Amino acid sequence: MKNDKAKIKTIKVDYLARVEGEGALYIKIKGHTVTDVKFKIFEPPRFFEAFLRGRSFCEAPDITARICGICPVAYQMSSSHAMEDAFGIRVDGQLRALRRLLYCGEWIESHALHVYLLHAPDFFGYDDAIQMAKDYPDIVQRGLQLKKTGNEVVILIGGREIHPINVRVGGFYKALTKQELNTLTEKLKRARDIALEAVRWTAEFDYPDFEQDYEFVSLRHPDEYPFNEGKLISNKGLDISVHEYDNHFIEEQVAYTNALHSKLKERGAYFVGPLARFNLNFDRLSPLAKEAAHSAGLSPVCRNPFKSIIVRSVEMVYACDEALRIIGQYEKPEIPAIPFQPIAGTGYGCTEAPRGILYHRYRIDDNGRILDAKIVPPTSQNQKTIENDLWQFIPKYLDLPSEKLKYDCEKAIRNYDPCISCATHFLKLTIDRE
Amino acid sequence: MSFVTIRAHSWLNSYKITMAQKRKPKLAVWKFASCDGCQLTILDCEDELLTLADKVDISVFLEASRTVKKGPYDISLAEGSITTQHDAERIKKIRKVSKLLIGLGACASAGGIQSLRNFTDVKDFISAVYPSPEYIETLDTSTPFSRHVHVDYELQGCPINKHQLLDVISAFLHGRKPNTTSYSVCIECKRRGNVCVMVAHGIPCMGPVTHAGCSALCPTYNRGCYGCYGPKETPNTASLSSWFKRLGVNEADLVRYFRSYYGNSEHFYKESKIHTKKRD
Ligand code: SF4
Ligand code: SF4
Repeated sequence: MKNDKAKIKTIKVDYLARVEGEGALYIKIKGHTVTDVKFKIFEPPRFFEAFLRGRSFCEAPDITARICGICPVAYQMSSSHAMEDAFGIRVDGQLRALRRLLYCGEWIESHALHVYLLHAPDFFGYDDAIQMAKDYPDIVQRGLQLKKTGNEVVILIGGREIHPINVRVGGFYKALTKQELNTLTEKLKRARDIALEAVRWTAEFDYPDFEQDYEFVSLRHPDEYPFNEGKLISNKGLDISVHEYDNHFIEEQVAYTNALHSKLKERGAYFVGPLARFNLNFDRLSPLAKEAAHSAGLSPVCRNPFKSIIVRSVEMVYACDEALRIIGQYEKPEIPAIPFQPIAGTGYGCTEAPRGILYHRYRIDDNGRILDAKIVPPTSQNQKTIENDLWQFIPKYLDLPSEKLKYDCEKAIRNYDPCISCATHFLKLTIDRE
Repeated sequence: MSFVTIRAHSWLNSYKITMAQKRKPKLAVWKFASCDGCQLTILDCEDELLTLADKVDISVFLEASRTVKKGPYDISLAEGSITTQHDAERIKKIRKVSKLLIGLGACASAGGIQSLRNFTDVKDFISAVYPSPEYIETLDTSTPFSRHVHVDYELQGCPINKHQLLDVISAFLHGRKPNTTSYSVCIECKRRGNVCVMVAHGIPCMGPVTHAGCSALCPTYNRGCYGCYGPKETPNTASLSSWFKRLGVNEADLVRYFRSYYGNSEHFYKESKIHTKKRD
């Protein structure tokens, strides 16, 4: 597919194809020097930004959910917020609380999936959680129960766990009753106990001595641990509104991967996700989650990416706590969605997907049709940092046999939970030794 | 454009081969262009996962395990659609080493949402998304597996329903046909005792032409069905279109209704074409 140069020049770096799933890693070692590291995503592009053009604004939550089966709620939240921004409306009160509750469900199920089924086996030398379950049946069973509770929250509010159907711009199609939400209370209390156990359990893992001076980026809200809104901040001076995202972040295409690399214009690679949220918003955690973190020996700023698994567990404690708080204070809103008229304009939305900030921008015409869309998922934002980690990590372990080195590199990549198939055991690793 | 209808005709034959063996049936899970949701459904069977792992030998499931055991496999579950030459070759190889090949979800059975590229020039898509389009290798179309190889069974839905998935696997283990039905979402909707959103509230609903399997989820949540389980067997799409028009849906929106998660399936494709012409 050779295109003429002129065409390339006319195109700006402001669209991103959705890519998740299939990743590969290429490392080249010359003697005792690492000469090349490529973290590749070769999942075939699916062109969401392109085919969103011409679709109706109201389809965005349903369509963008299909970018990812693991965190569809994140796509629904970011797209709804972006559309509401374009139309100048605000979803508040109990409807806002219900959205937050839905997001709690996604965090719980996604983090439990990663902690128990995808990442923990790395620390014990298993190929998967099913093997691990032979030796640690109770732990894996409890992990599955925790994940199930997260899913039950999403199912009740969203209709189903993958690609929920109840979310719409302006709120929901159907608002739940207090009684319906109360059915979750006991389950969430049990889930919170399991999450507390997860913090204690993961705190005892053997962590490589590996710390880097990262730029952490996350949302920051005046009084909440961030889910749906806030300013974008970092530990190195970034402090902007979501509207200014495009002025500070750029995306670059590199030849060897189908995912665009995202960078901060001023400083380059940055780090999004649980560790970034934790480091930048520790003071907004619930007392119980804070206490759990402290007893695990964790406090900001934690610069060891391997400890993300403890942070995920702390966030599960928080999400259970927050869900219980919301349910306790809930009253069914009078209407399931606030009424509005679509108007032409541009809208911006950024929310905290389990893996980090997920940015959406849409331009809409008078008829509510999407003129263009830009979507930047967390995985593409972390991609550069993942590669940087490997550049730093590998030299320390050069003497390991290739198989072991491969295993450890995979584990290092999974710190980022870079969407499931990359995050899991899908990496083809080639080590070239000269 | 030609379409292939899949039936479970080779199901019982394949099963006989399996019955004769003493070892656990080997199960493989494969991914093509997709959101991962259908294979995640397997991990979302939280209560049944470990039991399943007891009954079958999960030989390949890269989303969940580093283990990769060599084929042949008794049953291959594959999600996603074919969008690259490389994947077109890969599904052929998988077919060769699988006794049963089961496609999971809208992508596998109709090309999925990414088949919206089939209605336009994919080059425009690539250059809209990538600054350096020459790096990107992709086919002009997103197609279901059945366009490339023989598929034994297709489970519809975007995403699939986990109870149906378990039923399909257990059908294989017990030598029976899967229990999936071919009627419409309306039947499920009536059974659930929902008020019809189309009749009562004038909300366009794809339920009458859409394959059952979700328990009429959307009407239960007060919205119209948007067809994510794909066409039911022999849907009367023309009749639904005239209903939609009476409700004030214009030609452009009609095209959108039929052209989404199952836009590339035979019935929805044809209906959308009719209205594209009218619109143009
Ligand atoms: S609401 Fe939709 S699915 Fe239910 S009966 Fe009416 S048309 Fe059928
Ligand atoms: S869109 Fe239709 S098929 Fe899909 S969940 Fe809703 S009612 Fe079911």
